[in-house]
Amino acid sequence: MSQHLAIIPILLPLFAGLLMLLPPLAGVENIRRRRITSLIVGAVSIFAAANLAVQVQQGPLFYALGNWQAPNGIVLMADPLAAMLVLATCILVFGSTVYACAGEDRQGAYFYPLLQFQLMGINGAFLTADLFNLFVFFEVLLIASYSLLIHGGGKQKTQANVHYVVLNLVGSSLFLFALGALYGTLGTLNMLDMAMRVPTISEGEQVIAKVGGLMLLMVFGLKAAMLPLHFWLPKTYSAASASVAALFAIMTKVGIYSIYRVYTMIFGEHAGPLADMALGWIWPLALLTLIGGAIGVLASPNLRQMAANMVIISVGTLLISFAIRSQEASAAGFYYMIHSTFVTAALFMIADMLGQQRGKALDRFVVARKVKQPVLLGSLFFVASMAVAGLPPFSGFIGKLLILQSAHQATEMIWVWTLILLAGLVCIVALSRAGSTVFWRHTGGNNNDIASLSYWQIGAAGLMLLMSPLMVVFGAVTTEYMQLAALQLHQFSGLFELLGRANP
Amino acid sequence: MEALYVYCVGMLTFCGVFLCLRARLFPVVLGLTMLSYAVNLFLFSSGGLTFNAAAILGASETYSDPLPQALVLTAIVIGFAMIAFIVILAMRARADLGNDYVDGREPPDTEQAISPKRGNL
Repeated sequence: MSQHLAIIPILLPLFAGLLMLLPPLAGVENIRRRRITSLIVGAVSIFAAANLAVQVQQGPLFYALGNWQAPNGIVLMADPLAAMLVLATCILVFGSTVYACAGEDRQGAYFYPLLQFQLMGINGAFLTADLFNLFVFFEVLLIASYSLLIHGGGKQKTQANVHYVVLNLVGSSLFLFALGALYGTLGTLNMLDMAMRVPTISEGEQVIAKVGGLMLLMVFGLKAAMLPLHFWLPKTYSAASASVAALFAIMTKVGIYSIYRVYTMIFGEHAGPLADMALGWIWPLALLTLIGGAIGVLASPNLRQMAANMVIISVGTLLISFAIRSQEASAAGFYYMIHSTFVTAALFMIADMLGQQRGKALDRFVVARKVKQPVLLGSLFFVASMAVAGLPPFSGFIGKLLILQSAHQATEMIWVWTLILLAGLVCIVALSRAGSTVFWRHTGGNNNDIASLSYWQIGAAGLMLLMSPLMVVFGAVTTEYMQLAALQLHQFSGLFELLGRANP
Repeated sequence: MEALYVYCVGMLTFCGVFLCLRARLFPVVLGLTMLSYAVNLFLFSSGGLTFNAAAILGASETYSDPLPQALVLTAIVIGFAMIAFIVILAMRARADLGNDYVDGREPPDTEQAISPKRGNL
């Protein structure tokens, strides 16, 4: 069993999704059965992912699909970085399943199958060690996300979806162009094999490989919402229904993960003449992304858009942690990546719950009727704000602290410290303004006609928020794991032998 | 042959990019289709262009790289599904939003913006 552990996070959602399209579970009247199945599958996939995460501490697992050996066959590679992100995705999907049980799942017949297919795509993208396979899993997660985004229907969603789909289709074409260029020069698409061959290619081929590599950066930048490719994000995320938006919190991280993987492994410091070729682009763009996100947060008219702009801030922070290019910074980045995923997911859920209790005003920052459960929602919002702004005692503080600590050179420190701390300040200002408007400035009047929140919703938001203190309480274990992940990511040369070839 | 091939891929890409930048959904969908054709041809050429070479060992004197063919096949299938999706989405957008602009609304500089200034002629 344990040798198949690496593929279980991909196969389990695939079969669960297919199962839910079949008679005993399909159909409007069987929604209860689908809910129960989804919850069970969610729990099992968390268990499997946790198992995988424990297993890979001894060393990365390789899984040759169909037993076709690398470098010709497609290989899955579960190293601590991938396993940790798979675990985070499984928990996130479980959270959004729980949230959807409150009633959002009734808005469309295929919500749960799509959720499972999305999980399969994301897990696959994290686990694969083949660049073309990465493209395939990107498409799997994208086509599921196209349909999930429009879940529930309505003008706003259709409009946001058109932009999202067109942009991502252009992105997919670019991805294929990049893959063609890279395959033409390197003759392989296995990431480890590519890493081995990059330093040896001739000067003429270097140009083409560089073009391919930079096109890949554009594709990943589009997925990760790196400035100036981020304009689709606030509209898309704020249009999606809450459980879907919460799930989308991991989607930008798929882009960040791919940047980490490709530009550390293939075009990292070992790449000879092409070493760190994307760094010159990523540094300024990371800083600009942070600034763009901060401006967006200040300008947001409602809580969902504010949360979406917080996603952009987290992307900027993560890109900075990538750009510092040290193991320490990568470990800090991974910690922040997991933290920001859960916290932004919680923010989207809280925004939706607030919207349900404020009548027509939804979650806009205007004076409206009183929230029915101000203490409960207020506490959730307060905790989420503290975590997202990076105040102690929550995980945002530790994540930011680790990133700040990892900047050593003077110029790095000036830019990184100033911008990350300023972005944190902007978040605090914007969130406190938002919180005081939403909770304290109301028109009064009775609010007996508003329904109370479902326990499913509160439970889901609570679960997402709980991750933040858990990451602090088990801080030593988590940071050690992140350091292991960073070590594996940066020092991968030992893995070449596993490809059946000599070390270069 | 290379020159002709390059010209075709370049022309398709050019048309695809141009059409993708249009304001209405129908040309954009056509543009995406052309881009996916262009990229399929491009992927196919990444293994090198050869005459009389089969992808199976022993079937001919020289052999060609089979991997790009597998890649193209995958890319065609995926591209096909995606185009099908966006066609349906375009129809849905036409129904939901009442027009076929990518932005979901008419650009501001059309007749409506000008007519109040002109008055009713």
